[in-house]
Amino acid sequence: MNALTFNLKKPLQFSLNCQLLNPTHLADKSPSDIASMLLNYGNSQCRVDEIFEISGNDAQNICFKNSSDKLDYLGANMASGNMLIEGNAGAYLAYNLKIGEIHCLGNTLAYAACNMVSGLLTINGNTGDFLGGASAGLRKGMRGGTVIIKGNAGDRVGDQMRRGLILIEGNAGDYCASRMIAGTIGVLGSVGEYACFNMKRGSLLLTKMPKLHATIQDCGSHTLPFLNLMFKSFAQFKTKFSSIQTLRVQRFVGDAACAGNGEILLILPAQ
Amino acid sequence: MLINGVQIDDTFAEAFNMRGTRVIITAQNLKWAYHAANAMTGFATSVIGCGVEAGIERELSTAETPDGRPGLSILMFAMGSKVLMQQLETRMGQCILTCPTAAAFAGIESEDRINLGKNLRFFGDGYQTSKLFSNANGMAKRYWRIPVMDGEFLCEETTGMVRAIGGGNFLILATSQPAALAAAEAAIEAMKLIPNVIMPFPGGVVRSGSKVGSKYKTMFASTNDAFCPTLKGVTNTELSPEIESVMEIVIDGLNFEDIAESMRVGIQAICDLGAASGVKRISAGNYGGKLGPHHFKLHEIMGKKAS
Repeated sequence: MNALTFNLKKPLQFSLNCQLLNPTHLADKSPSDIASMLLNYGNSQCRVDEIFEISGNDAQNICFKNSSDKLDYLGANMASGNMLIEGNAGAYLAYNLKIGEIHCLGNTLAYAACNMVSGLLTINGNTGDFLGGASAGLRKGMRGGTVIIKGNAGDRVGDQMRRGLILIEGNAGDYCASRMIAGTIGVLGSVGEYACFNMKRGSLLLTKMPKLHATIQDCGSHTLPFLNLMFKSFAQFKTKFSSIQTLRVQRFVGDAACAGNGEILLILPAQ
Repeated sequence: MLINGVQIDDTFAEAFNMRGTRVIITAQNLKWAYHAANAMTGFATSVIGCGVEAGIERELSTAETPDGRPGLSILMFAMGSKVLMQQLETRMGQCILTCPTAAAFAGIESEDRINLGKNLRFFGDGYQTSKLFSNANGMAKRYWRIPVMDGEFLCEETTGMVRAIGGGNFLILATSQPAALAAAEAAIEAMKLIPNVIMPFPGGVVRSGSKVGSKYKTMFASTNDAFCPTLKGVTNTELSPEIESVMEIVIDGLNFEDIAESMRVGIQAICDLGAASGVKRISAGNYGGKLGPHHFKLHEIMGKKAS
């Protein structure tokens, strides 16, 4: 069986809602059923075969070729299978992802991993704002799973994140870990201003000292054995985080403005 | 049956169903891991008076422990799950939480889970932090980080609880007390190499084997007079005239096979000393087969080694 492949025929003018094109939803669909499905395109609808050339028959392995940032909600509500995106993706990639793996080889727009529940999302390029955040109106963002960003991330990474793991090999923007409730975010590059703004709990693992606002408190340098477990758990994802060898960190706690007990762990050289 | 001049009685050890768990204790070095483990397994020789029977199973290398530090595995057994849970939580709180640099992790996986750090976390008074880490198999485990004066106490939330067997045993009958003790020590050294078992008594050896009941109403167990050498003339003794000392080794384990194997290697180590060492007989304690469902028959266990 070959992966069910959707090859974008031509550049899109408007955003296309692709939430129906996931392994869970297409599991029992025939090729003709898939071709005739209607997707929301701008303020109208169009058939899948008007937008994509369709090939392959393995709905548990879906591939998007020639994809662009007009493709929103790729992998949304997915509860099984794998998805490979050979190109860019639009907003809300892996929205409410429950089970499965999504790998985007390009860049994405905002709200990747929004409301994500479980599974694995890997983005080789850059991603926009609100990575792992909550959709409008919700009080909890990402609730589980793992997100790996090989490039950079925008502002508000992990906004209201409740659980799970986000590993960013590049930089992150302002307000990283804002309003974070729990979980772990790691950034190997730099982070912008107001990291951990209104953070309640959770951990932000950094390698470079950020510019901190007044309500993040320095708790000194420590050797923490739990980091060994954490780094071991990172090893399965084959990221640059695997190269961290030290258990020595400087610990900052906050945000005191909301009586928060979250932490920034700044990696220090081994003693 | 005679092995190297030592008589193996045609009898059996009678053992009981128990509930067991394993906990991994790590620390900055093995010295402090032992301090923690010795405290946790202290006063845990018999369920009769201690609630649980516990012991150190073996040392663990840094590659075998979750946090990459030196460690020890502890086995703990009780007659029921409720007692086991109570004892584990109490001992974790008083012996591991308090011990400098010590951390505790689950040492056995099962569907039945009992609390390890789940309630200890409240010692953190709101400053405790939980972390959920997945292993390579995608299995997620929750750990608690509790701030303490030496840094952080790290503890897994739960550990597994499994069905187990307690009360495997054999008796060493010798012509002198030093001979019985030397034989017991040789047996224990060999038995320590078997996984999934512990010998919970001091040094692994019991000198005060008991029988069920007593002449005193408040006592439900009393000295096993049939094996007391100083009572040979006044009781229905099991001892021949030349026996001056009897010592017992009790084994608790996670399964029948490992208990039987530990008994085999222990008895074999004694037999290897030969009758010249002063050991004349190996016997076992039972209640006529009416109380415990697990019978460890000495002749079957030692069958392949019989001369």
